[in-house]
Amino acid sequence: MLTSVKIIVHLAALLPLVWLYYGAINDTLGADPVEYVIHFTGTGALNILLLTLALSPAAKFFKKPVLIKLRRLVGLWAFTYAIFHLLNFIFFELQFDWRLLVSEIVKRPYITVGMMAFLILSLLAFTSINRIKRKMGKNWQQLHNWVYIAAIAVVIHFYWSIKSDIYQPALYALILLWLLSLRRSRIKVWLFK
Amino acid sequence: QYRKLDFKISEVSQEQLTPEAKVASHNNFYEFGLDKSDPAKNAQDFKVNPWQLSISGLVNKPLTLDYDDLFKRVPLEERIYRLRCVEAWSMVIPWVGFSLAELIKKADPKSKAKYVAFETLHDPKQMPGQRSRRIGGGIDYPYVEGLRIDEAMNPLAFLSVGLYGKTLPPQNGAPIRLVVPWKYGFKSIKSIVSIKLVDKMPPTTWNLLAPREYGFYANVNPDVAHPRWSQASERRITSGGLFARNRIPTLPFNGYGNEVAHLYKNMDLKRFY
Repeated sequence: MLTSVKIIVHLAALLPLVWLYYGAINDTLGADPVEYVIHFTGTGALNILLLTLALSPAAKFFKKPVLIKLRRLVGLWAFTYAIFHLLNFIFFELQFDWRLLVSEIVKRPYITVGMMAFLILSLLAFTSINRIKRKMGKNWQQLHNWVYIAAIAVVIHFYWSIKSDIYQPALYALILLWLLSLRRSRIKVWLFK
Repeated sequence: QYRKLDFKISEVSQEQLTPEAKVASHNNFYEFGLDKSDPAKNAQDFKVNPWQLSISGLVNKPLTLDYDDLFKRVPLEERIYRLRCVEAWSMVIPWVGFSLAELIKKADPKSKAKYVAFETLHDPKQMPGQRSRRIGGGIDYPYVEGLRIDEAMNPLAFLSVGLYGKTLPPQNGAPIRLVVPWKYGFKSIKSIVSIKLVDKMPPTTWNLLAPREYGFYANVNPDVAHPRWSQASERRITSGGLFARNRIPTLPFNGYGNEVAHLYKNMDLKRFY
C-alpha cells in the first residue's frame, strides 16, 4: 500500500517536469520558455512545500498515520523543484553570468531571501539521510523546525518578486499562516524555550 | 478578422525579428489579466470598431478620429523597433503606423502645451481587469501615460495601428497604441482613446502605483537598476526554445541615443529615472 502511494507521489512530481522541459526545449510553452520554467518550478516548489507542511495535520485529522511517512519524500520533491528553479535562473535567465548572480544575491532582497530558503532546504534535504539523522539525535528536530522559516522566506520571496499583484502571494501567506497556527504550541516551545 | 494595411515598407533590419506568434502571445496588458498569456486569451472579443480617439486640451484645432480615420488620416509606414520591457526582456517588432508628431501637428498645439497625456479606453464590461482588482493587479484604471512635448514631437515617437503588415491584434493594444522605443515598454500605452495636450506633468499609471520603482521618464538605462533587479542586460525573445543564448547588454536609450539623448542634455537621469 505505502509503496504504491509512494510510486504515485513520485510520478505526480516527476511527470510535470518531463512535460515542462519537453515543451520548453521545443518552444511550445508560450513566447518566453525561460520565464515559464522559472515560474513553473518556483510555484511548484512552494506548492509542494506547503503540501509537506499539510501532511502531519492531515494525518491527524483524517486519522491516516501513513501520511506522516510521506513527509520526507514530499519534502525532498519540494527541494528538487527548488533546485530546478535555481538552476533555471542561473542557466537560462542569467545564462551563466556568475558575476550577475552574485550581485543579484547581494543586492536584490527577493533573491537574498530566496537563496536563504534554498540553503535551509538544502540542509534539511542533506540531513534527511537516515544515517545522518541518527547521528544528529535531538539536534535533528531542532534543525528541521527551520522548515517553517524556509516556508515564510519562500512566500516573501514570491511576494517581493511580483510587480503589482498581491492576491496570489496573500493567498499563499494565508495558507501558510493557517498551517503554522495548527502547530502554534510546538512552535512556541521551539522559539521561547 | 485582421485586415491588411497599405504602408511604406521599412528598410531591412539588421536584427532578427521576434516571430509574430510570440509578439501576439506575450503581452503585459493587465486590463485582460496579469499572466502574459492572458491578454491573447481574454481580448479576442474586444471591440475596436467603432472607435474614437480625441486629440484635445491645449490645441487650436481639437480633432476626433474614428476607426477608419486611424488608418487614413496620416499615411502609414513601417518601423522596426526594439521593445525593451522594464522586466528585462526585449523583442524586435515591425510596427505599422505613423509619427505621433504628425498627428499632434494636425491639432495645432498652443505654445502653453508642455506635456502630452494619454488615456486607455475605460470599459469594465469588456476589460475584466478593470472590473476586478484581483484580475487587474490592483491598478486604478483607466491606464494613463504621458510624455514631455519635445519627447512626443521626436520623430521616433510612434502611434501604431498594426504589426507584421496587418491591423493590431487586440492583445497588442488595438486599434491604436503608442510606441516609444527608447523608453521601457509600459510607457507605450495601449488602446488609446484620448491624447490631451496639457501644461503640467500628467500622472502616469506605474508611477502612481510604485513611484520608487517607476519614474515619469522611464528611459531605458542600463546604469539605473530597478530596485528589485538589474537593468544592465536583457533577454531578447526571438525564436528558439529554452537553450536560446539570448542575453545581451542593454544599451542607453535602448540604442536610440543618437536620436533622443539631446532631449535630456542637462538632466540627471539617475534622479529622473
